[in-house]
Amino acid sequence: MADKKKDVLLQIKDLKIEGYSDEKWVEIVHGVDLTLHRGEVMGLIGESGAGKSTIGLAAMGFARDGCRISNGSVEFDGMELTTTSEADRRALRGSRIAYVAQSAAASFNPAHRLIDQHTEAPVYHRMMKRMESQEDAIQLYERLRLPNPDEIGFRYPHQVSGGQLQRAMTAMAMSCRPDLIIFDEPTTALDVTTQIEVLLAIRDIVEQFDTAAIYITHDLAVVAQMADTIKVLLKGNEVEEADTRTMLENPKDDYTKSLWAVRSFQRDEKPRPGGDSVPVVSVKNVDAAYGPVKVLEDVSFDVYAGMTVAVVGESGSGKSTTARCITGLLPPTSGHIEFKGEVLPPSYKQRSKDQLRQAQMIYQMADTALNPKVRICDILARPAEFYGGLKGGELKARVDELLDLIELDPAKFYYRYPPELSGGQKQRIGIARALAAEPTFIICDEVTSALDQLVAEGILKLLDRLQKELNLAYMFITHDLATVRSIADEVVVMKEGKVVEQGPKTEMFTPPHHPYTDLLLSSVPEMDPDWLTQLVKERGVEQLGENADRD
Amino acid sequence: MSDVVSIVLKRLGLGLITLFVISVIIFLAVEMLPGDIAQAVLGQGATEENVAALRKQLGLDQPAPIRYLDWLAGAVVGDFGVSLVTQSPVGEVIGPRFANTLFLACYAAAIAVPVAIILGVIVALLRNTLFDRVANVMALTSISSPEFFLGYVLILYLSVKTGMFPSIAKLSPDMTFFELLNRTFLPALTMVLVVVAHMMRMTRAAIINLLSSPYIEMARLKGVPAWRVIIKHALPNAWAPIINVVALNLAYLITGVVLVEVVFVYPGIGQLLVDSVTKRDFTVVQACCLIFAATFILLNLAADVLAIITNPRLRYKK
Repeated sequence: MADKKKDVLLQIKDLKIEGYSDEKWVEIVHGVDLTLHRGEVMGLIGESGAGKSTIGLAAMGFARDGCRISNGSVEFDGMELTTTSEADRRALRGSRIAYVAQSAAASFNPAHRLIDQHTEAPVYHRMMKRMESQEDAIQLYERLRLPNPDEIGFRYPHQVSGGQLQRAMTAMAMSCRPDLIIFDEPTTALDVTTQIEVLLAIRDIVEQFDTAAIYITHDLAVVAQMADTIKVLLKGNEVEEADTRTMLENPKDDYTKSLWAVRSFQRDEKPRPGGDSVPVVSVKNVDAAYGPVKVLEDVSFDVYAGMTVAVVGESGSGKSTTARCITGLLPPTSGHIEFKGEVLPPSYKQRSKDQLRQAQMIYQMADTALNPKVRICDILARPAEFYGGLKGGELKARVDELLDLIELDPAKFYYRYPPELSGGQKQRIGIARALAAEPTFIICDEVTSALDQLVAEGILKLLDRLQKELNLAYMFITHDLATVRSIADEVVVMKEGKVVEQGPKTEMFTPPHHPYTDLLLSSVPEMDPDWLTQLVKERGVEQLGENADRD
Repeated sequence: MSDVVSIVLKRLGLGLITLFVISVIIFLAVEMLPGDIAQAVLGQGATEENVAALRKQLGLDQPAPIRYLDWLAGAVVGDFGVSLVTQSPVGEVIGPRFANTLFLACYAAAIAVPVAIILGVIVALLRNTLFDRVANVMALTSISSPEFFLGYVLILYLSVKTGMFPSIAKLSPDMTFFELLNRTFLPALTMVLVVVAHMMRMTRAAIINLLSSPYIEMARLKGVPAWRVIIKHALPNAWAPIINVVALNLAYLITGVVLVEVVFVYPGIGQLLVDSVTKRDFTVVQACCLIFAATFILLNLAADVLAIITNPRLRYKK
């Protein structure tokens, strides 16, 4: 890898970028330098707000609406992108510098077939005829191990799964054989098993065509597999840069060390309460369907007071559907839900106010789960008033108490609106809203997956403290096994609407595993740069390919 | 495609029920009007006996529900009865008038729809520029002015002062098609001015709404120029709201043209409806209203079907 560093492809010097907010320009990237050689892959890592994507786009001479490059130079293969004309920059984009976005599902145009979007850049930039480019697309699909490469391009984006779309987008980026590709969190939205296939596909194709790449991610283990060098960013500043192995073995800066050390929070597993204690929630042989499509089959598990049951599985495995059955949003087609030994009516419409109060939910996206036009005090007061019948001074005292519980200062947050809060603070409000009803059971649906690791850890610690103080039972839905390791007492593994394995956490994390649990566990990237290579050796590429056909 | 067929059938069924309800409402509304058709036909000087005789002849001595059911029985087999005033079949009375209205609506639509969509695309492309603002101000001005006012302004400038177009849209059977277009240009233009703004602004809004989508950013990062981003990447995803507004406006072109017809003395169905209401010509009023209702139902149905056809997610299942 070292001998790749021949000539410089991209040279960014003292790059400053400003964003427009509150009617003034605010600097968000404060003078970053970056040098990338031909064929080199650089990982840009950092938390949200670090300026990773903004810098990635600036490498294409592009600033999002409401942003502008205010200072510095971006020199691509001898051409200064900040001063050249928009037409010149456009001529580079797609042809010599390509972009792969985070969510391929959102970044493919729903109105056009994949192959038509693939051929657009080469045809528009007059590099290939349409038919030539189509044939080339099919070859690229084959190289990226997409199933039915001859046919898949002729589908619309909604007819193709997320992992396949992400690979099709990588193929699209390759369509003009660019010198540089910007990968902007290309696997963040994918399941671990799918992520491996995409990572492998990207790595192989970048190597085959000797393409330089900037790989943006917040996931250290992922970047360790992909990058030759790693640059760490924090709030628009560079923290440090080194080649991957050095960086992993010997991070210098304190911030980098703290990133390396996250997930330090781990809680000991609690045993089930002994004797004849009754579980708070008991899911008994539940089947459920959306119309004619059966989505759950014979799902059973118990959640005891003061304990956390983590429900894990890939997207589409039925985790959230199980939650919908428990809350009564989706009445089961057979089986039932017991609450403290008493059978609950299947639909929430038939449940009493007290039954509804006992089970609350916290959602993945606090952004969309909180009404942006309602003040924090009203968000929290509403359930307290509805379930608790509190009024006036009592109600205000209760809201203050709730804010204290989630470690937010009531004096500061009482009259604020959700958009004024950070992601972690919003999620805390989501937790307080669930607590306002004084529940005994809370469903946490991917509550940390939209948050940065350090913030997520704070939320997990808070949930743990609340559980101890209030003796809450949690059902913790997640696809992230690191979260499971830190917070769960018991684990339920789901696949295609069925429970494949369940038991206490330590048992689940010690072999022998059920084959599917094993697949999930072994698919979580590790901080070892050779992990992906090793895994491919063990499993074989065919094994991965088969997995791709399944989704 | 079977989905489309089942949606069409369902909507048509609902449409029939809607038509039935409307016919009841219209019947009741006409019943509640003060005055009497026999009196109106015979004039103030008619004797009691004469009026009573005419009432009997027209069947107006029967109780209201029976008259309604009689009418309904005929309507179901396509016989809308005879005009109470002229005694000629309703079909003959309405037919040519409705054809005139349809012609004028098509004329106006043929100009308004392409102009509105093309303008909408252009202002979306040039959003927040002087052109965008001027176009929006003009569109809002034309939509805010009553159509009779617009009509008179057009007559003043394009007919009285310059003599370019005739101010009265009288039709005669021996006109050539070109003469017809020329004769009806001013009423058509008035209607274009009334409907173009709404469709243009919706096209602009629907496109701009999509410009922050990740797939639009992706297109820009492929080096696609702005005009192509809008036409190739935004417009195909904006059809559903645009089609709906176009359908609403087309319906308005057929059902909302009374004032324009009066201003230009154009023999359309709107004028006929107003005349029939003043004369208590129940059968004609009923038939006109049903035609209007059916127009709305069919145009909305067409909009829904088109929205499905233009959306691959609805056209092709997973």
